[in-house]
Amino acid sequence: MNPLHYELSHLETLEAEAIHIFREVAAEFERPVLLFSGGKDSLVLLRLAEKAFRPGRFPFPIMHVDTGHNFPEVLEFRDRLIAELGERLIVASVQESIDRGRVVEETGPRASRNRLQIVTLLDAIAEHGFDAAFGGARRDEERARAKERVFSFRDDFGQWEPKRQRPEIWSLYNGRIRKGEHVRVFPLSNWTELDVWQYIAQERLEVPSIYYAHTRQVFERDGMLYALSPHVQLIEGEEPFEASVRYRTVGDMTCTGAVRSLATTLPEVVSEIAATRVTERGETRADDRVTEAAMEDRKREGYF
Amino acid sequence: MTPGAATNGHALRTRTSELLRFATAGSVDDGKSTLIGRLLHDSKAILEDQLEHVIRTSERRGDGYVNLALLTDGLRAEREQGITIDVAYRYFQTPRRKFVIADTPGHEQYTRNMVTGASTADVSIILVDARKGVIEQTRRHAYIASLLRIPHLVVCVNKMDLVEYDEAVFEQIVEELTDWTARLDISDISFIPISALHGDNVVERSLQMAWYDGPPLLYHLEHVVIAPDRNLTDIRFPVQWVIRPNSEEHHDYRGYAGQVAGGVLHPGDEVMVLPSGQRTRVSAIDTFKGSVDSAFPDMSVTVRVEDELDISRGDMLVEPDDPPAAARELEAMVCWMGSDPLRPGARLVIKHTTRTTRARLEDLDYRVDVNTLEHLPADELALNEIGRVRIRTGSPLIVDPYARNRTTGSFILIDEATNDTVAAGMVLAAR
Ligand SMILES: Nc1nc2c(ncn2[C@@H]2O[C@H](COP(=O)(O)OP(=O)(O)O)[C@@H](O)[C@H]2O)c(=O)[nH]1
Repeated sequence: MNPLHYELSHLETLEAEAIHIFREVAAEFERPVLLFSGGKDSLVLLRLAEKAFRPGRFPFPIMHVDTGHNFPEVLEFRDRLIAELGERLIVASVQESIDRGRVVEETGPRASRNRLQIVTLLDAIAEHGFDAAFGGARRDEERARAKERVFSFRDDFGQWEPKRQRPEIWSLYNGRIRKGEHVRVFPLSNWTELDVWQYIAQERLEVPSIYYAHTRQVFERDGMLYALSPHVQLIEGEEPFEASVRYRTVGDMTCTGAVRSLATTLPEVVSEIAATRVTERGETRADDRVTEAAMEDRKREGYF
Repeated sequence: MTPGAATNGHALRTRTSELLRFATAGSVDDGKSTLIGRLLHDSKAILEDQLEHVIRTSERRGDGYVNLALLTDGLRAEREQGITIDVAYRYFQTPRRKFVIADTPGHEQYTRNMVTGASTADVSIILVDARKGVIEQTRRHAYIASLLRIPHLVVCVNKMDLVEYDEAVFEQIVEELTDWTARLDISDISFIPISALHGDNVVERSLQMAWYDGPPLLYHLEHVVIAPDRNLTDIRFPVQWVIRPNSEEHHDYRGYAGQVAGGVLHPGDEVMVLPSGQRTRVSAIDTFKGSVDSAFPDMSVTVRVEDELDISRGDMLVEPDDPPAAARELEAMVCWMGSDPLRPGARLVIKHTTRTTRARLEDLDYRVDVNTLEHLPADELALNEIGRVRIRTGSPLIVDPYARNRTTGSFILIDEATNDTVAAGMVLAAR
């Protein structure tokens, strides 16, 4: 910041806006929760929550929807980080939803638990009575998200209806809801992928190791590289091979692709991102590629 | 200069760049989507997969060219109907600034959408079709921009290629709009002749219009000075949240968390707490990274004060010498966004800074004809209409006129039955 001109940099402006959103939600909702995926966006959310509430504790717990298909590196990282923060973690398990018969496991080589986690998430929100859930979604990620509000209103089925969203004027957020309804809150709405990485660099945040280039066994499918893991069945003709890769997003091992990379440090990763010519979702998320309106459909159902 | 490319080498060194928010308005087919697509494309904010998608869709639709307008189309409903239905946000960055675009469509719901998209904008861009000249909607957009007090207005006269890049056509529009905006409260207005389709004066200077000696649009957006637009004189700090850790380490800590809405706060400054009127001094301004020497708009900080006072969410720390009113009667301009009309006697909820209370509409003074600026007598305000009202609130609000402070002078109204946000309000006077 420049004290002579009282100017903020763009990251400082984005940060101040996000902190404001966190505090509004803490003040106006009874039972907020922070949805944590282990990905870079949720790490930034945690840092912003520290900025909003320290030296106090977070006025909400942190919840991870565990699909059972996570990268082990990410789970290890999650537990260490939350212990360091000294905050409360709730784990909602997709495996439990399957065991209880709430959802049916997909089968076949392209099976994924990506859709199933919607049910696990909505069940957990209902069970704990959460009325607001912070998420790390950004408007630059995908076209259906460009019109998303900061306070994204969900009906009592958890559904998103684009036409029913409330106008958001100035920074006066309207968080009034009826019982059973809830709001997804996106403090990073105005951040881009590059902003997130610049912030991670500025704050010196630790990120899971899979964001950096590492050698792993991968195979190619639909033009993307996937990690070889017990959760994925190979289709005939798919040959695993070793490559130096890193991840741009953290999702399930079954639907998150890696990119070839030699970037082993944060500045190298940031340079690669800045020079990149493909969006992170287009490049590495099979879940968005299924249909042109894939993301929009999942959002309507109650996806993040 | 190629802005996007220059960012690449210096990804970590763009920290001092500022954030600029701008809103675009124009009626259907003036070329708004093409202009935004052009800005994103020429500043290299478009990535390959997005461009590929646009190329494929253009081919399928038989557009006959790469339709950059498709970059800004979002939801399925729109794709099906071929229209934009709401406010959409886009982002791009150059080495100087990061830009947030609020793209607001010009058709039905225009007022609601434009008010929503433009409420936080530093700059409003209005598109005019060079062939059509100034039309009703141009005047309406200029009026709304002035009502919202967007500090900078840029009028882009588009499709200059269709009028042979003729200076006389441009000058005619400049003259006509200058006359009109003289009746409005607009402090800074610029005119730029462009062709969004061909890229003239968008990012690169046009070779076709040597007679124009101003900057291209992007250069203008990168250089327009926005920092002084905020009120740095009168301290306004609405308390959002009280931090009381009650932990062993921070046993006596009590901090008031909020975002600075006006003025510059320093440790040692005397402040008044409203509505109680008590005075105290700032003892420290805290952030996660430690204490700081000053806090100014729009910083989010935590303020501690010297005395043990009862301060809570909804209170405001202010300049003691020139405090705002703690008022229960507001005169305000409102833009009505509810589907049922607003009538005197209506009971609503009002949210203003960090305070929410009940409100009753006492009187509707007049409705504004946004095309002529005439004040018309009215007994109700329908969806998308703007009027002057008197409101009585259930508890005092700490307000400034909107002209003095866009944060402490603005409010929203909420319908208690549906919980919908039904109005945006701008305070003229308070008692
Ligand atoms: N000749 C010419 N056509 C343009 C220009 N800008 C936009 N158009 C065309 O005008 C039509 C409407 O443009 P579009 O961007 O969709 O308008 P919107 O409704 O304001 O978003 C499209 O056919 C564009 O190709 C321009 O500068 N010159």
